[in-house]
Amino acid sequence: MTGATSAEAARLAALFQAQGAKPVDADILLSADTLLDLYGEDIRGRAYLTTDPFGGEMVLRPDFTVPVVQMHMDSAADPARYTYAGRVFRKQEDDPSRQREATQVGFEVFDGSDPATSDATVFAAIADALAGLPVRAATGDIGILMAAVAGLKTSDTRKAALMRHLWRPRKFRHLLDRFGGRTAPIASRAALLAQADPLADAAPIIGLRSKAEVQARIDALRLDAQTPPIGEGELALIDTLLGLDATCLHVLQSLRDIAVDLPAISAAVDAFSARLDALASQGVNVDQLAFEGSYGRTSLEYYDGFVFGFYASDAPHLPPIATGGRYDALTAQLGAGRAVPAVGGVVRPDLVVALRGDV
Amino acid sequence: MLKLGVPSKGRLMEKTFSWFVDRGVSLRKSGSDREYAGAVDGIDGVELVLLSAGEIPRELAAGHIHLGVTGSDLIREKLAAWETRVHAMAPMGFGGADLIIAVPQGWVDVDTLDDLDAAAAAFRKTHGFRLRIATKYHRQVREFLRDNGVADYQLIDSQGATEGTVKNETAEAIADITSTGETLRANGLKILDDGLIHASEATLFRGRRDGWTDAQRVTLKELESLLGV
Repeated sequence: MTGATSAEAARLAALFQAQGAKPVDADILLSADTLLDLYGEDIRGRAYLTTDPFGGEMVLRPDFTVPVVQMHMDSAADPARYTYAGRVFRKQEDDPSRQREATQVGFEVFDGSDPATSDATVFAAIADALAGLPVRAATGDIGILMAAVAGLKTSDTRKAALMRHLWRPRKFRHLLDRFGGRTAPIASRAALLAQADPLADAAPIIGLRSKAEVQARIDALRLDAQTPPIGEGELALIDTLLGLDATCLHVLQSLRDIAVDLPAISAAVDAFSARLDALASQGVNVDQLAFEGSYGRTSLEYYDGFVFGFYASDAPHLPPIATGGRYDALTAQLGAGRAVPAVGGVVRPDLVVALRGDV
Repeated sequence: MLKLGVPSKGRLMEKTFSWFVDRGVSLRKSGSDREYAGAVDGIDGVELVLLSAGEIPRELAAGHIHLGVTGSDLIREKLAAWETRVHAMAPMGFGGADLIIAVPQGWVDVDTLDDLDAAAAAFRKTHGFRLRIATKYHRQVREFLRDNGVADYQLIDSQGATEGTVKNETAEAIADITSTGETLRANGLKILDDGLIHASEATLFRGRRDGWTDAQRVTLKELESLLGV
């Protein structure tokens, strides 16, 4: 870390402490089990994994969120605010010019009492920290898309499949096309289901996946073949949601219109509206704040509500200066039965220094 | 000198030698059969380096050799962003093998990657761990499954006898090289309809030319025109 970067990191940490955040630290070398559980093999392409002779697979921390959530879930503290500053490590398999390590300063709020206010607190704290710099903010809301999927008039199996691939846009689209009858079922599938007992003449089952499991999936496929396609109207509404790209106040109006046909998103739209009020009361100009319906849907993320990022207005090649969002589901997954609504974000002090030099 | 890396033994070496001979460049092992030194006739300025096919990608990327013959699967497996680090000069028409994903034949419900993904989700729920795919081609399999939206699987390292891992219950599926599919069938496995990850063949590769001397560049031109590539 250069002197300027560490001075900036200290300034950012002090700002977050002034918001009541308690400074915490995390190990650099973490057990890889949690990340492998959350992200599967894909994490191997994005993080540095290594092996400990006794501890099994270990990983150089790719971010602080997971260890901070674990630390919080192990403590009894609630509500709580934390800040941290340190390096994170990202393997770059496609582009060797991208940074393998970078300093992050973070601000995390664990508080279920008023999610809209917590969202606004984190966003406003980071916006204030970047005040005067040539940055633009982008925002989104994964919670609205999740509510829309949950509200589709189709089987729970299909909804679960869509929800499982919500963060993989291409696969999500592929599933929607299939469930909407836009793509024809493959021939071998039709042939399989035409048989009264597909397992009757099948080769013997080898391996751990049992005959009963194969049968269960055949049953599920039969049920799915009888499920009517998701209607064109609902598909169009999902497309509209994903295509939203306007300022927050315009988006709110559009969402109210969509909610007339898709009432399942009403609660999520109310939450969005409450967040805009909370942001406005913390001094954020929501008239100008950009919203993108697909923002934050990248794999290896865990956001499931409000999402945001700050980008250099005049240097589009730079990585985001700050990113953040709400990750309620992550606390449930790591909390062994306990969940705490949580929202947080990180700033890259080196990029702040670079931008300030450019001003 | 322009260093040409060629697999040091077996059919891959013999076929590489005859591919070059057919084009007027003779490669041979010098000295005894056990010695890994070589000689080149038919062109000046080219030095033959015999080494393991698996090491040729790394040596090319490092610039220790300038040209190399190896399987295109090995280049993809061993070099991240391989297109930016080596250039495929000529596919050589032998050493063909497909890197594929195979599952038990008894899985009548699984024919495609979509099926594999759905089966993996159910498997994880039932067994409490991610569906295991045995392979030694970790990078290619991982990138292929990511690009095709397959989740809830894990890769188990298998350096040999991979087709047997399913029967032995150390994996539920495999990703491996096959040329005829015979071994797969004998082990009760079938290839997914869209499970072809890469059709590999022996290929002549060139490393990046930064730092090459003028003499090396001239030799390359001469070799290219001899080989007709």
